[in-house]
Amino acid sequence: MTTTEQSYETAPALIGTLRKAQNIAAFCGLVFLLITVAGYFLIGPEQFFRSYLVGFWYWFGVGAASLLILMTQYMTGGAWGLIIRRLLEAGAKTLYLFVLLFIPMLLGHERLYWWSTKEGLADKVIQAKSLYLNVPFLWGRWVIYAVFLCLMAYLLIKWSAEEDRTKSVAVSSRLETLSGPGIPIFFILMTFCSVDYLMTLEPHWYSTVYGFLTIISWCLTAMCLVVATLTLLAKDAPMDHALTPKHLHDLGKLMFALTMLWAYLQFSQLLITWSGNLPEEVVWYIKRWNGGYGWASLILLIGLFALPFLLLLSQSIKKNARTIAMVAIYIMVVRVVDVFVMVEPNFAKVTDVHFSMSWLDITAPIGFGGLWLAMFFRNLQSGSLLATGAPDFHKAMNHGKSH
Amino acid sequence: MDAANPLYGLIAEFETPTELVEAARRTKEAGFRKFDAFSPYPIHEMDDAMDLHDNRVSGFTFIGGLLGCIGGFGLATWCSFVALPLNIGGRPLISVPMFIPITFECTILLGGLTAAISMLVMNGFPSPYHPVFNVERFAGASRSKFFLCIESADPKFDRQATENFLVSLNPEEIAEVAP
Repeated sequence: MTTTEQSYETAPALIGTLRKAQNIAAFCGLVFLLITVAGYFLIGPEQFFRSYLVGFWYWFGVGAASLLILMTQYMTGGAWGLIIRRLLEAGAKTLYLFVLLFIPMLLGHERLYWWSTKEGLADKVIQAKSLYLNVPFLWGRWVIYAVFLCLMAYLLIKWSAEEDRTKSVAVSSRLETLSGPGIPIFFILMTFCSVDYLMTLEPHWYSTVYGFLTIISWCLTAMCLVVATLTLLAKDAPMDHALTPKHLHDLGKLMFALTMLWAYLQFSQLLITWSGNLPEEVVWYIKRWNGGYGWASLILLIGLFALPFLLLLSQSIKKNARTIAMVAIYIMVVRVVDVFVMVEPNFAKVTDVHFSMSWLDITAPIGFGGLWLAMFFRNLQSGSLLATGAPDFHKAMNHGKSH
Repeated sequence: MDAANPLYGLIAEFETPTELVEAARRTKEAGFRKFDAFSPYPIHEMDDAMDLHDNRVSGFTFIGGLLGCIGGFGLATWCSFVALPLNIGGRPLISVPMFIPITFECTILLGGLTAAISMLVMNGFPSPYHPVFNVERFAGASRSKFFLCIESADPKFDRQATENFLVSLNPEEIAEVAP
Protein backbone atom coordinates (compact mmCIF):
# COMPACT_ATOMS: atom_id res chain seq x y z
CA MET A 1 0.00 0.00 0.00
CA THR A 2 1.38 3.38 -0.89
CA THR A 3 1.09 6.38 1.39
CA THR A 4 -2.20 8.03 0.59
CA GLU A 5 -2.92 11.51 1.84
CA GLN A 6 -5.14 11.01 4.84
CA SER A 7 -6.47 13.45 7.34
CA TYR A 8 -5.03 13.12 10.82
CA GLU A 9 -7.51 15.52 12.41
CA THR A 10 -9.25 14.37 15.55
CA ALA A 11 -12.84 13.43 14.77
CA PRO A 12 -15.44 15.61 16.55
CA ALA A 13 -17.08 12.45 17.90
CA LEU A 14 -13.79 11.49 19.53
CA ILE A 15 -13.50 14.90 21.19
CA GLY A 16 -16.96 14.22 22.60
CA THR A 17 -15.87 10.80 23.88
CA LEU A 18 -12.80 12.32 25.49
CA ARG A 19 -14.83 15.09 27.11
CA LYS A 20 -17.21 12.51 28.51
CA ALA A 21 -14.31 10.44 29.86
CA GLN A 22 -12.82 13.59 31.36
CA ASN A 23 -16.08 14.43 33.13
CA ILE A 24 -16.53 10.92 34.53
CA ALA A 25 -12.91 10.88 35.73
CA ALA A 26 -13.17 14.33 37.26
CA PHE A 27 -16.37 13.40 39.07
CA CYS A 28 -14.91 10.14 40.46
CA GLY A 29 -11.72 11.92 41.38
CA LEU A 30 -13.50 14.67 43.23
CA VAL A 31 -15.82 12.34 45.15
CA PHE A 32 -13.11 9.91 46.16
CA LEU A 33 -10.62 12.62 47.07
CA LEU A 34 -13.26 14.21 49.30
CA ILE A 35 -13.88 10.82 50.94
CA THR A 36 -10.12 10.46 51.43
CA VAL A 37 -9.88 13.90 53.00
CA ALA A 38 -12.80 12.98 55.25
CA GLY A 39 -10.70 10.00 56.33
CA TYR A 40 -8.17 12.44 57.74
CA PHE A 41 -10.73 13.36 60.37
CA LEU A 42 -12.57 10.02 60.64
CA ILE A 43 -9.63 7.61 60.81
CA GLY A 44 -6.76 9.89 61.67
CA PRO A 45 -3.87 11.67 60.02
CA GLU A 46 -1.47 8.69 60.23
CA GLN A 47 -3.60 6.44 58.03
CA PHE A 48 -4.55 9.38 55.81
CA PHE A 49 -0.93 10.09 54.91
CA ARG A 50 -0.13 6.43 54.28
CA SER A 51 -3.05 6.07 51.91
CA TYR A 52 -2.24 9.44 50.37
CA LEU A 53 1.22 8.10 49.62
CA VAL A 54 -0.20 4.91 48.05
CA GLY A 55 -2.59 6.80 45.76
CA PHE A 56 -0.31 9.68 44.99
CA TRP A 57 2.78 7.61 44.33
CA TYR A 58 0.96 5.37 41.89
CA TRP A 59 -0.32 8.21 39.73
CA PHE A 60 2.65 10.51 40.08
CA GLY A 61 4.65 7.56 38.72
CA VAL A 62 2.44 7.23 35.66
CA GLY A 63 3.10 10.86 34.80
CA ALA A 64 6.83 10.60 35.48
CA ALA A 65 7.11 7.41 33.43
CA SER A 66 5.23 9.07 30.57
CA LEU A 67 8.02 11.63 30.52
CA LEU A 68 10.68 8.90 30.60
CA ILE A 69 9.10 6.89 27.79
CA LEU A 70 8.66 10.12 25.82
CA MET A 71 12.40 10.78 26.07
CA THR A 72 13.17 7.15 25.28
CA GLN A 73 11.15 7.10 22.06
CA TYR A 74 13.03 10.20 20.83
CA MET A 75 16.26 8.29 21.33
CA THR A 76 15.19 4.92 19.91
CA GLY A 77 12.85 6.07 17.15
CA GLY A 78 10.38 3.51 15.90
CA ALA A 79 6.72 3.46 14.98
CA TRP A 80 5.62 2.44 18.49
CA GLY A 81 6.91 5.73 19.88
CA LEU A 82 5.35 7.92 17.21
CA ILE A 83 1.89 6.47 17.61
CA ILE A 84 1.87 7.07 21.37
CA ARG A 85 3.84 10.33 21.51
CA ARG A 86 0.83 12.60 22.04
CA LEU A 87 -0.51 10.29 24.74
CA LEU A 88 2.81 10.39 26.56
CA GLU A 89 2.85 14.17 26.31
CA ALA A 90 -0.66 14.33 27.75
CA GLY A 91 0.54 12.08 30.59
CA ALA A 92 3.70 14.09 31.22
CA LYS A 93 1.63 17.30 31.41
CA THR A 94 -0.04 15.98 34.58
CA LEU A 95 3.30 16.46 36.33
CA TYR A 96 2.67 20.22 36.50
CA LEU A 97 0.01 19.53 39.13
CA PHE A 98 1.36 16.33 40.59
CA VAL A 99 4.72 17.77 41.68
CA LEU A 100 2.70 20.18 43.83
CA LEU A 101 0.86 17.29 45.48
CA PHE A 102 4.12 16.35 47.20
CA ILE A 103 3.58 19.33 49.48
CA PRO A 104 0.99 17.74 51.84
CA MET A 105 3.42 14.86 52.43
CA LEU A 106 6.29 17.25 53.02
CA LEU A 107 4.15 19.18 55.50
CA GLY A 108 3.03 16.00 57.24
CA HIS A 109 6.44 14.35 57.12
CA GLU A 110 6.44 13.51 60.82
CA ARG A 111 3.31 11.39 60.37
CA LEU A 112 4.92 9.36 57.60
CA TYR A 113 8.64 9.31 58.11
CA TRP A 114 9.77 7.99 61.46
CA TRP A 115 13.27 9.34 60.91
CA SER A 116 11.98 12.91 61.05
CA THR A 117 10.24 12.47 64.41
CA LYS A 118 11.92 13.31 67.73
CA GLU A 119 12.34 9.63 68.46
CA GLY A 120 13.85 9.00 65.06
CA LEU A 121 16.28 11.91 65.23
CA ALA A 122 17.60 10.52 68.52
CA ASP A 123 18.40 7.21 66.79
CA LYS A 124 22.12 6.56 66.26
CA VAL A 125 21.78 5.19 62.72
CA ILE A 126 19.59 8.12 61.70
CA GLN A 127 22.07 10.56 63.18
CA ALA A 128 24.80 9.02 61.07
CA LYS A 129 22.63 9.58 57.99
CA SER A 130 21.62 13.10 59.00
CA LEU A 131 23.63 14.71 56.23
CA TYR A 132 21.02 13.35 53.82
CA LEU A 133 18.06 12.68 56.08
CA ASN A 134 17.11 16.16 57.23
CA VAL A 135 13.97 18.12 56.57
CA PRO A 136 15.43 21.23 54.87
CA PHE A 137 17.30 19.04 52.38
CA LEU A 138 14.13 17.00 51.85
CA TRP A 139 12.41 20.20 50.72
CA GLY A 140 15.44 21.16 48.66
CA ARG A 141 15.44 17.84 46.82
CA TRP A 142 11.74 18.20 46.14
CA VAL A 143 12.43 21.54 44.45
CA ILE A 144 15.08 19.92 42.25
CA TYR A 145 12.78 17.05 41.23
CA ALA A 146 9.88 19.39 40.54
CA VAL A 147 11.92 21.81 38.47
CA PHE A 148 13.55 19.05 36.45
CA LEU A 149 10.31 17.16 35.70
CA CYS A 150 8.30 20.26 34.80
CA LEU A 151 11.05 21.80 32.71
CA MET A 152 11.62 18.61 30.71
CA ALA A 153 7.90 18.09 30.15
CA TYR A 154 7.44 21.74 29.17
CA LEU A 155 10.30 21.83 26.67
CA LEU A 156 9.55 18.45 25.07
CA ILE A 157 5.87 19.31 24.58
CA LYS A 158 6.61 22.80 23.31
CA TRP A 159 9.24 21.71 20.81
CA SER A 160 7.15 18.80 19.63
CA ALA A 161 4.32 21.21 18.80
CA GLU A 162 6.87 23.37 16.99
CA GLU A 163 8.01 20.31 15.03
CA ASP A 164 4.41 19.71 13.93
CA ARG A 165 4.06 23.29 12.71
CA THR A 166 7.42 23.73 11.01
CA LYS A 167 8.32 20.13 10.06
CA SER A 168 11.88 21.28 10.64
CA VAL A 169 14.65 18.73 11.11
CA ALA A 170 16.49 21.18 13.38
CA VAL A 171 13.64 20.98 15.89
CA SER A 172 13.62 17.17 15.70
CA SER A 173 17.32 16.97 16.45
CA ARG A 174 16.89 19.48 19.30
CA LEU A 175 14.32 17.12 20.83
CA GLU A 176 16.82 14.29 20.63
CA THR A 177 19.62 16.38 22.10
CA LEU A 178 17.47 17.17 25.12
CA SER A 179 16.18 13.62 25.58
CA GLY A 180 19.62 11.99 25.54
CA PRO A 181 20.99 13.50 28.75
CA GLY A 182 17.45 13.68 30.13
CA ILE A 183 17.19 9.91 30.52
CA PRO A 184 20.19 9.35 32.86
CA ILE A 185 19.36 12.49 34.86
CA PHE A 186 15.80 11.25 35.22
CA PHE A 187 17.02 7.90 36.53
CA ILE A 188 19.39 9.50 39.03
CA LEU A 189 16.87 12.03 40.34
CA MET A 190 13.96 9.60 40.50
CA THR A 191 16.16 7.08 42.32
CA PHE A 192 16.70 9.72 45.00
CA CYS A 193 12.99 10.52 44.88
CA SER A 194 12.04 6.89 45.54
CA VAL A 195 14.57 6.80 48.38
CA ASP A 196 13.08 9.96 49.88
CA TYR A 197 9.44 8.98 49.78
CA LEU A 198 9.38 5.16 49.94
CA MET A 199 12.67 3.69 51.10
CA THR A 200 13.06 5.99 54.09
CA LEU A 201 9.73 4.73 55.41
CA GLU A 202 12.08 1.99 56.68
CA PRO A 203 15.07 4.23 57.42
CA HIS A 204 17.49 1.50 58.57
CA TRP A 205 16.90 -0.59 55.49
CA TYR A 206 18.46 -0.08 52.08
CA SER A 207 18.45 -1.64 48.65
CA THR A 208 20.50 -0.43 45.70
CA VAL A 209 18.04 -1.64 43.08
CA TYR A 210 15.10 0.19 44.66
CA GLY A 211 15.12 3.27 42.45
CA PHE A 212 15.34 1.31 39.23
CA LEU A 213 12.63 -1.04 40.43
CA THR A 214 10.35 1.89 41.20
CA ILE A 215 10.93 3.53 37.83
CA ILE A 216 10.35 0.28 35.93
CA SER A 217 7.08 -0.38 37.74
CA TRP A 218 6.01 3.19 36.85
CA CYS A 219 6.89 2.51 33.22
CA LEU A 220 4.85 -0.68 33.24
CA THR A 221 1.79 1.20 34.50
CA ALA A 222 2.28 4.03 32.03
CA MET A 223 2.69 1.63 29.11
CA CYS A 224 -0.49 -0.19 30.12
CA LEU A 225 -2.39 3.08 30.42
CA VAL A 226 -1.22 4.16 26.98
CA VAL A 227 -2.27 0.84 25.40
CA ALA A 228 -5.68 0.93 27.08
CA THR A 229 -6.21 4.54 25.95
CA LEU A 230 -5.11 3.76 22.39
CA THR A 231 -7.80 1.14 22.02
CA LEU A 232 -10.36 3.65 23.31
CA LEU A 233 -9.15 6.21 20.76
CA ALA A 234 -9.05 3.66 17.94
CA LYS A 235 -12.84 3.84 17.60
CA ASP A 236 -12.61 7.15 15.71
CA ALA A 237 -10.39 9.14 13.38
CA PRO A 238 -7.46 9.57 13.26
CA MET A 239 -6.50 6.49 15.26
CA ASP A 240 -8.98 4.17 13.52
CA HIS A 241 -6.85 4.17 10.37
CA ALA A 242 -3.50 5.06 11.94
CA LEU A 243 -3.33 2.25 14.48
CA THR A 244 -2.37 -1.16 13.08
CA PRO A 245 -2.12 -4.54 14.85
CA LYS A 246 1.64 -4.21 14.37
CA HIS A 247 1.72 -1.13 16.60
CA LEU A 248 -0.24 -2.96 19.28
CA HIS A 249 2.02 -5.97 18.90
CA ASP A 250 5.09 -3.77 19.49
CA LEU A 251 3.54 -2.04 22.51
CA GLY A 252 2.41 -5.41 23.86
CA LYS A 253 5.99 -6.66 23.57
CA LEU A 254 7.13 -3.64 25.59
CA MET A 255 4.52 -4.45 28.24
CA PHE A 256 5.87 -7.99 28.27
CA ALA A 257 9.47 -6.79 28.61
CA LEU A 258 8.57 -4.42 31.44
CA THR A 259 6.65 -7.16 33.26
CA MET A 260 9.72 -9.38 33.04
CA LEU A 261 12.07 -6.59 34.07
CA TRP A 262 9.88 -5.79 37.08
CA ALA A 263 9.97 -9.43 38.17
CA TYR A 264 13.69 -9.65 37.47
CA LEU A 265 14.49 -6.64 39.65
CA GLN A 266 12.16 -7.74 42.44
CA PHE A 267 13.76 -11.13 42.37
CA SER A 268 17.37 -9.91 42.32
CA GLN A 269 16.65 -7.80 45.40
CA LEU A 270 15.16 -10.83 47.15
CA LEU A 271 18.00 -13.15 46.07
CA ILE A 272 20.69 -10.84 47.42
CA THR A 273 18.84 -10.35 50.69
CA TRP A 274 18.23 -14.09 50.99
CA SER A 275 21.90 -14.93 50.38
CA GLY A 276 23.22 -12.27 52.74
CA ASN A 277 20.64 -12.96 55.45
CA LEU A 278 21.66 -9.83 57.36
CA PRO A 279 19.40 -8.62 60.20
CA GLU A 280 19.09 -5.04 58.93
CA GLU A 281 18.20 -6.23 55.42
CA VAL A 282 15.73 -9.01 56.14
CA VAL A 283 13.29 -6.82 58.11
CA TRP A 284 11.78 -5.59 54.87
CA TYR A 285 11.02 -9.16 53.77
CA ILE A 286 9.90 -10.43 57.17
CA LYS A 287 7.13 -7.86 57.01
CA ARG A 288 6.13 -9.00 53.53
CA TRP A 289 6.58 -12.76 53.81
CA ASN A 290 3.96 -14.02 56.30
CA GLY A 291 0.36 -13.28 57.19
CA GLY A 292 -1.79 -10.83 55.28
CA TYR A 293 1.12 -9.04 53.62
CA GLY A 294 2.49 -12.43 52.59
CA TRP A 295 -0.77 -13.09 50.73
CA ALA A 296 -0.50 -9.68 49.11
CA SER A 297 3.05 -10.55 48.00
CA LEU A 298 1.78 -13.83 46.59
CA ILE A 299 -0.91 -11.96 44.67
CA LEU A 300 1.90 -9.91 43.13
CA LEU A 301 4.00 -12.95 42.24
CA ILE A 302 1.10 -14.62 40.47
CA GLY A 303 -0.93 -11.60 39.44
CA LEU A 304 1.78 -9.19 38.32
CA PHE A 305 4.28 -11.71 36.99
CA ALA A 306 3.09 -15.26 36.24
CA LEU A 307 -0.30 -14.45 34.76
CA PRO A 308 0.65 -11.41 32.63
CA PHE A 309 3.77 -13.30 31.54
CA LEU A 310 1.74 -16.23 30.23
CA LEU A 311 -0.92 -14.00 28.67
CA LEU A 312 1.56 -11.70 26.95
CA LEU A 313 3.47 -14.64 25.46
CA SER A 314 0.65 -15.06 22.97
CA GLN A 315 0.95 -13.09 19.76
CA SER A 316 -2.79 -13.06 19.12
CA ILE A 317 -3.51 -11.48 22.51
CA LYS A 318 -0.98 -8.74 21.80
CA LYS A 319 -2.32 -7.99 18.31
CA ASN A 320 -5.99 -7.82 19.28
CA ALA A 321 -7.00 -4.40 20.59
CA ARG A 322 -9.68 -5.74 22.93
CA THR A 323 -7.58 -8.43 24.62
CA ILE A 324 -4.41 -6.34 24.99
CA ALA A 325 -6.47 -3.52 26.52
CA MET A 326 -7.98 -5.95 28.99
CA VAL A 327 -4.53 -7.24 30.00
CA ALA A 328 -3.32 -3.63 30.32
CA ILE A 329 -6.21 -2.60 32.59
CA TYR A 330 -5.74 -5.76 34.63
CA ILE A 331 -2.04 -4.99 35.18
CA MET A 332 -2.91 -1.43 36.19
CA VAL A 333 -5.30 -2.74 38.85
CA VAL A 334 -2.79 -5.22 40.28
CA ARG A 335 -0.16 -2.49 40.34
CA VAL A 336 -2.19 -0.82 43.11
CA VAL A 337 -1.48 -3.89 45.27
CA ASP A 338 2.19 -3.48 44.37
CA VAL A 339 2.30 0.09 45.67
CA PHE A 340 0.30 -1.00 48.73
CA VAL A 341 2.89 -3.68 49.51
CA MET A 342 5.67 -1.12 48.99
CA VAL A 343 4.12 1.29 51.52
CA GLU A 344 1.88 -0.21 54.18
CA PRO A 345 4.01 -3.05 55.69
CA ASN A 346 6.69 -0.51 56.59
CA PHE A 347 4.50 0.68 59.46
CA ALA A 348 4.15 -2.79 60.99
CA LYS A 349 6.32 -3.89 63.93
CA VAL A 350 8.88 -6.40 62.70
CA THR A 351 8.49 -8.53 65.83
CA ASP A 352 4.73 -8.72 65.46
CA VAL A 353 3.50 -8.11 61.93
CA HIS A 354 -0.21 -7.40 61.64
CA PHE A 355 -1.95 -6.93 58.35
CA SER A 356 -3.47 -3.48 58.20
CA MET A 357 -5.50 -2.08 55.38
CA SER A 358 -7.86 0.81 55.47
CA TRP A 359 -10.63 1.74 53.06
CA LEU A 360 -8.58 4.86 52.46
CA ASP A 361 -6.07 2.63 50.63
CA ILE A 362 -8.81 2.06 48.07
CA THR A 363 -10.34 5.53 47.89
CA ALA A 364 -7.01 7.36 47.58
CA PRO A 365 -5.80 5.55 44.41
CA ILE A 366 -9.23 6.02 42.81
CA GLY A 367 -9.32 9.67 43.84
CA PHE A 368 -5.88 10.48 42.50
CA GLY A 369 -6.62 8.33 39.44
CA GLY A 370 -9.73 10.32 38.66
CA LEU A 371 -7.83 13.56 38.97
CA TRP A 372 -4.96 12.26 36.85
CA LEU A 373 -7.17 10.82 34.13
CA ALA A 374 -9.33 13.94 33.96
CA MET A 375 -6.22 15.98 33.22
CA PHE A 376 -4.99 13.35 30.79
CA PHE A 377 -8.22 13.23 28.78
CA ARG A 378 -8.41 17.01 28.82
CA ASN A 379 -4.86 17.27 27.44
CA LEU A 380 -5.72 14.80 24.67
CA GLN A 381 -8.48 17.07 23.39
CA SER A 382 -6.12 19.90 22.53
CA GLY A 383 -4.32 19.52 19.24
CA SER A 384 -3.64 16.55 17.01
CA LEU A 385 -3.43 13.01 18.37
CA LEU A 386 -0.56 12.18 16.04
CA ALA A 387 2.85 13.76 15.70
CA THR A 388 2.43 14.57 12.00
CA GLY A 389 5.58 16.69 11.87
CA ALA A 390 7.99 13.93 12.86
CA PRO A 391 10.52 12.97 10.16
CA ASP A 392 9.46 9.30 9.98
CA PHE A 393 5.76 9.95 10.42
CA HIS A 394 4.42 8.44 7.19
CA LYS A 395 6.70 5.44 7.44
CA ALA A 396 5.48 4.84 11.00
CA MET A 397 1.84 5.09 9.96
CA ASN A 398 2.32 2.37 7.35
CA HIS A 399 4.04 0.16 9.88
CA GLY A 400 3.05 -3.43 9.21
CA LYS A 401 0.80 -2.59 6.29
CA SER A 402 3.24 -3.32 3.46
CA HIS A 403 6.58 -2.24 2.11
CA MET B 1 3.49 -34.91 -12.25
CA ASP B 2 3.34 -37.03 -15.41
CA ALA B 3 6.29 -38.19 -17.47
CA ALA B 4 5.39 -35.94 -20.39
CA ASN B 5 5.62 -32.90 -18.17
CA PRO B 6 8.80 -33.31 -16.14
CA LEU B 7 8.66 -30.02 -14.33
CA TYR B 8 9.06 -29.07 -10.69
CA GLY B 9 7.22 -25.85 -11.37
CA LEU B 10 7.39 -22.35 -12.78
CA ILE B 11 9.35 -19.58 -11.13
CA ALA B 12 8.87 -15.84 -11.50
CA GLU B 13 11.43 -13.22 -10.59
CA PHE B 14 10.59 -9.86 -9.02
CA GLU B 15 12.57 -6.71 -8.42
CA THR B 16 11.09 -5.54 -5.10
CA PRO B 17 9.63 -7.14 -1.96
CA THR B 18 6.40 -5.15 -2.45
CA GLU B 19 5.85 -6.83 -5.81
CA LEU B 20 6.58 -10.22 -4.30
CA VAL B 21 4.09 -9.74 -1.46
CA GLU B 22 1.47 -8.59 -3.96
CA ALA B 23 2.25 -11.55 -6.25
CA ALA B 24 1.97 -14.00 -3.37
CA ARG B 25 -1.34 -12.51 -2.33
CA ARG B 26 -2.75 -12.82 -5.83
CA THR B 27 -1.41 -16.35 -6.24
CA LYS B 28 -3.19 -17.35 -3.04
CA GLU B 29 -6.36 -15.64 -4.21
CA ALA B 30 -6.14 -17.42 -7.57
CA GLY B 31 -6.49 -20.66 -5.63
CA PHE B 32 -2.95 -22.03 -5.77
CA ARG B 33 -1.85 -23.92 -2.67
CA LYS B 34 1.57 -25.38 -3.48
CA PHE B 35 3.72 -22.34 -4.06
CA ASP B 36 6.58 -20.71 -2.24
CA ALA B 37 8.21 -17.31 -2.07
CA PHE B 38 11.96 -16.70 -1.82
CA SER B 39 13.59 -13.55 -0.52
CA PRO B 40 17.08 -12.57 0.72
CA TYR B 41 15.60 -11.46 4.06
CA PRO B 42 12.43 -12.10 6.08
CA ILE B 43 9.31 -10.22 4.96
CA HIS B 44 6.80 -10.05 7.81
CA GLU B 45 3.81 -9.41 5.55
CA MET B 46 4.45 -12.76 3.84
CA ASP B 47 2.61 -14.69 6.58
CA ASP B 48 -0.63 -12.98 5.65
CA ALA B 49 0.01 -12.83 1.92
CA MET B 50 0.68 -16.58 1.67
CA ASP B 51 -1.81 -17.44 4.39
CA LEU B 52 0.82 -19.15 6.52
CA HIS B 53 -0.62 -19.59 9.97
CA ASP B 54 1.22 -22.62 11.23
CA ASN B 55 2.31 -21.63 14.76
CA ARG B 56 3.37 -25.06 15.94
CA VAL B 57 6.93 -23.89 16.65
CA SER B 58 5.72 -21.58 19.41
CA GLY B 59 3.77 -24.45 20.95
CA PHE B 60 6.86 -26.69 20.89
CA THR B 61 8.94 -23.85 22.38
CA PHE B 62 6.46 -23.43 25.20
CA ILE B 63 6.56 -27.15 26.02
CA GLY B 64 10.37 -27.14 25.82
CA GLY B 65 10.55 -24.14 28.14
CA LEU B 66 8.13 -25.73 30.57
CA LEU B 67 10.16 -28.96 30.65
CA GLY B 68 13.34 -26.92 31.21
CA CYS B 69 11.65 -25.04 34.03
CA ILE B 70 10.49 -28.20 35.79
CA GLY B 71 13.76 -29.99 35.02
CA GLY B 72 15.95 -27.19 36.35
CA PHE B 73 14.00 -26.84 39.54
CA GLY B 74 13.81 -30.61 39.91
CA LEU B 75 17.55 -30.97 39.44
CA ALA B 76 18.34 -28.35 42.08
CA THR B 77 15.81 -29.88 44.46
CA TRP B 78 17.14 -33.39 43.95
CA CYS B 79 20.74 -32.26 44.52
CA SER B 80 20.19 -30.40 47.75
CA PHE B 81 17.27 -32.34 49.20
CA VAL B 82 17.92 -35.96 48.19
CA ALA B 83 21.49 -36.40 47.04
CA LEU B 84 23.38 -34.11 49.39
CA PRO B 85 21.25 -32.43 52.06
CA LEU B 86 23.33 -29.62 53.48
CA ASN B 87 22.33 -27.00 56.00
CA ILE B 88 23.50 -23.66 54.58
CA GLY B 89 23.16 -20.88 57.14
CA GLY B 90 19.93 -22.29 58.50
CA ARG B 91 18.04 -21.86 55.24
CA PRO B 92 15.52 -24.52 54.25
CA LEU B 93 16.91 -27.43 52.22
CA ILE B 94 14.67 -26.45 49.33
CA SER B 95 15.94 -22.90 49.23
CA VAL B 96 13.58 -21.64 46.54
CA PRO B 97 15.12 -18.22 45.75
CA MET B 98 18.53 -19.85 45.21
CA PHE B 99 16.99 -22.34 42.80
CA ILE B 100 15.39 -19.72 40.58
CA PRO B 101 18.48 -18.72 38.55
CA ILE B 102 19.16 -22.32 37.45
CA THR B 103 15.46 -22.88 36.82
CA PHE B 104 15.37 -19.77 34.68
CA GLU B 105 18.51 -20.72 32.74
CA CYS B 106 17.21 -24.23 32.04
CA THR B 107 13.91 -22.77 30.84
CA ILE B 108 15.69 -20.48 28.38
CA LEU B 109 18.10 -23.20 27.25
CA LEU B 110 15.51 -25.85 26.54
CA GLY B 111 13.03 -23.33 25.13
CA GLY B 112 15.67 -21.91 22.80
CA LEU B 113 16.96 -25.27 21.64
CA THR B 114 13.43 -26.54 21.03
CA ALA B 115 12.61 -23.41 19.02
CA ALA B 116 15.71 -23.72 16.83
CA ILE B 117 15.48 -27.48 16.29
CA SER B 118 11.73 -27.63 15.70
CA MET B 119 12.01 -24.71 13.26
CA LEU B 120 14.69 -26.55 11.27
CA VAL B 121 12.86 -29.88 11.32
CA MET B 122 9.51 -28.40 10.33
CA ASN B 123 11.10 -26.42 7.52
CA GLY B 124 12.27 -29.73 6.08
CA PHE B 125 15.95 -29.28 6.90
CA PRO B 126 18.41 -30.74 6.26
CA SER B 127 17.59 -30.61 2.58
CA PRO B 128 20.69 -31.18 0.43
CA TYR B 129 18.79 -30.88 -2.85
CA HIS B 130 16.13 -28.44 -3.95
CA PRO B 131 14.98 -28.09 -7.59
CA VAL B 132 14.79 -24.26 -7.55
CA PHE B 133 18.58 -24.12 -7.61
CA ASN B 134 18.43 -25.58 -11.12
CA VAL B 135 17.39 -22.13 -12.30
CA GLU B 136 20.59 -20.21 -12.82
CA ARG B 137 19.19 -16.80 -11.93
CA PHE B 138 17.94 -18.15 -8.61
CA ALA B 139 21.36 -17.38 -7.11
CA GLY B 140 20.05 -13.79 -6.91
CA ALA B 141 17.57 -14.90 -4.23
CA SER B 142 20.33 -14.70 -1.64
CA ARG B 143 21.37 -11.22 -2.77
CA SER B 144 18.78 -8.84 -4.16
CA LYS B 145 16.06 -10.69 -6.12
CA PHE B 146 12.66 -11.97 -5.09
CA PHE B 147 11.14 -15.17 -6.44
CA LEU B 148 7.78 -16.88 -6.48
CA CYS B 149 7.57 -20.54 -7.49
CA ILE B 150 4.31 -22.36 -8.28
CA GLU B 151 4.83 -26.11 -8.11
CA SER B 152 3.50 -28.54 -10.68
CA ALA B 153 2.20 -30.65 -7.80
CA ASP B 154 -0.49 -28.04 -7.25
CA PRO B 155 -3.87 -29.38 -8.45
CA LYS B 156 -4.53 -26.13 -10.30
CA PHE B 157 -1.19 -26.29 -12.12
CA ASP B 158 -1.36 -26.18 -15.89
CA ARG B 159 1.79 -25.47 -17.89
CA GLN B 160 0.26 -22.78 -20.13
CA ALA B 161 -2.44 -21.32 -17.86
CA THR B 162 -0.05 -20.98 -14.95
CA GLU B 163 2.51 -19.27 -17.14
CA ASN B 164 -0.15 -16.85 -18.33
CA PHE B 165 -1.11 -16.21 -14.73
CA LEU B 166 2.51 -15.52 -13.78
CA VAL B 167 2.83 -13.12 -16.72
CA SER B 168 -0.16 -11.24 -15.39
CA LEU B 169 1.79 -10.67 -12.16
CA ASN B 170 4.23 -8.63 -14.20
CA PRO B 171 7.53 -10.28 -13.20
CA GLU B 172 11.02 -9.58 -14.55
CA GLU B 173 11.52 -13.14 -15.77
CA ILE B 174 9.72 -16.46 -15.83
CA ALA B 175 11.61 -19.74 -15.92
CA GLU B 176 10.84 -23.44 -15.84
CA VAL B 177 12.20 -25.34 -12.86
CA ALA B 178 13.55 -28.79 -13.71
CA PRO B 179 12.84 -31.39 -11.03
